[in-house]
Amino acid sequence: MEKKVIATTSLAGCFGCHMSFLDIDERLLDLIELVEFNKSPIDDIKRFTKPVDIGIIEGGCANSENVEVLRYFRENCKILVSLGECAIMGGLPAMRNGISIDECLAEAYLNGPTVQLNKEKILPNDEEIPMLLDRVVPCHEVVKIDYFLPGCAPRADLIWDALVAIVTGKEMDLPYEVIKFD
Amino acid sequence: MADTIKIKIDGKEIITAKGKTILEAATDNGVYIPTLCHFPGVPPKGSCRICTVKVNNRFMTSCSTPVADGMTIDNNHDEIKDYRKSIVELLFISGNHFCPACEKSGNCELQALAYRLGMLVPRFPYSFPNKEVDASSPKIIKEQNRCILCKRCIKTIKDKEGKRYFAFNRRGNHLEVVLDKQMGQAISDKLAQQAMENCPVGSIIYKGKGFSEPIGSRKFDKKPIGSSIEE
Ligand code: SF4
Ligand code: SF4
Ligand code: FES
Repeated sequence: MEKKVIATTSLAGCFGCHMSFLDIDERLLDLIELVEFNKSPIDDIKRFTKPVDIGIIEGGCANSENVEVLRYFRENCKILVSLGECAIMGGLPAMRNGISIDECLAEAYLNGPTVQLNKEKILPNDEEIPMLLDRVVPCHEVVKIDYFLPGCAPRADLIWDALVAIVTGKEMDLPYEVIKFD
Repeated sequence: MADTIKIKIDGKEIITAKGKTILEAATDNGVYIPTLCHFPGVPPKGSCRICTVKVNNRFMTSCSTPVADGMTIDNNHDEIKDYRKSIVELLFISGNHFCPACEKSGNCELQALAYRLGMLVPRFPYSFPNKEVDASSPKIIKEQNRCILCKRCIKTIKDKEGKRYFAFNRRGNHLEVVLDKQMGQAISDKLAQQAMENCPVGSIIYKGKGFSEPIGSRKFDKKPIGSSIEE
């Protein structure tokens, strides 16, 4: 069987889902028999070098770069999986959704208790810096997502079983404890 | 006996008594019907609709419908399961349910129902409301963005004279359940804890109590909601 190609990314996430992915521990060796990695922070491949079977998305969309990367994944991956609460519902970054961008930036760069160096009171304004979206949105509100694996972070067993199921076409049979939102 | 009633739930024959609701008859006989707004011991209101079953092919709320002889009840049909799931999904998207950051996570009935009904993601778009969090009481935080308006706190949390601590405020889309400002100042620890317990979700938080149980030992970590009824 030809190896399936996997890509992963972390958008507005904390890399916790990727950490949980690595928590499949020695099963990583089995995984490498089943798949090869393409664009991913795990191997540091920056651009897709071939069509990808499974794209795994951690994090929701909080800025213009997140949206661009997500669309780039959709264009290059046959199957997209939202991994974790942030990808699925915005997660902790979306807690800013009730607060205006002005207020968020002012708190972070002008008024926050840890702000000490910004004497000129500059808000980040370089055009190289991605624009913040007015609110953080889940990935499936930007592109079509095929599968959802909840959890914060999703349990390693869930990630492993889901990947094996997608790669081999076998049905998942998960114990109750494995699918949790926290 | 005239007071004995025979009904069928999912093909299972059940003998029960006149005056019981479908929910009570089912629970007595090891059949789990999900509930949210209903609280045992206080009159049912039938407002959340999660306990909907098909009675002789018509949709009815089991918490508020009394049993009648010969009823045929469907509690397990795909159609019903999907309706229930859609109610849970609507409740999720109409509030801000950031479970990883919620004090009630693991003990929350809404979350537990989402697990039991197999919700991975709501089919509706999130609304991200921006409602008030009232932390003015020394004992309680009232997080309006998690309230599902079930009224359980209004019905069950009262002082010795029967005065209620919680009440409805405003209307329509703006409807909210609020803690009376004055009474909230004087509420006892015991009652505040009771309020947190009686709330199915994390809208009433007893101050200083959050996250006291480790993941793995909370109410719904290991077993689905309803499994104690089915045992
Ligand atoms: S109230 Fe329940 S569903 Fe809502 S965030 Fe808390 S644990 Fe999750
Ligand atoms: S605070 Fe809790 S118990 Fe009271 S109405 Fe809201 S969800 Fe129900
Ligand atoms: S539990 Fe019956 S309508 Fe809410």
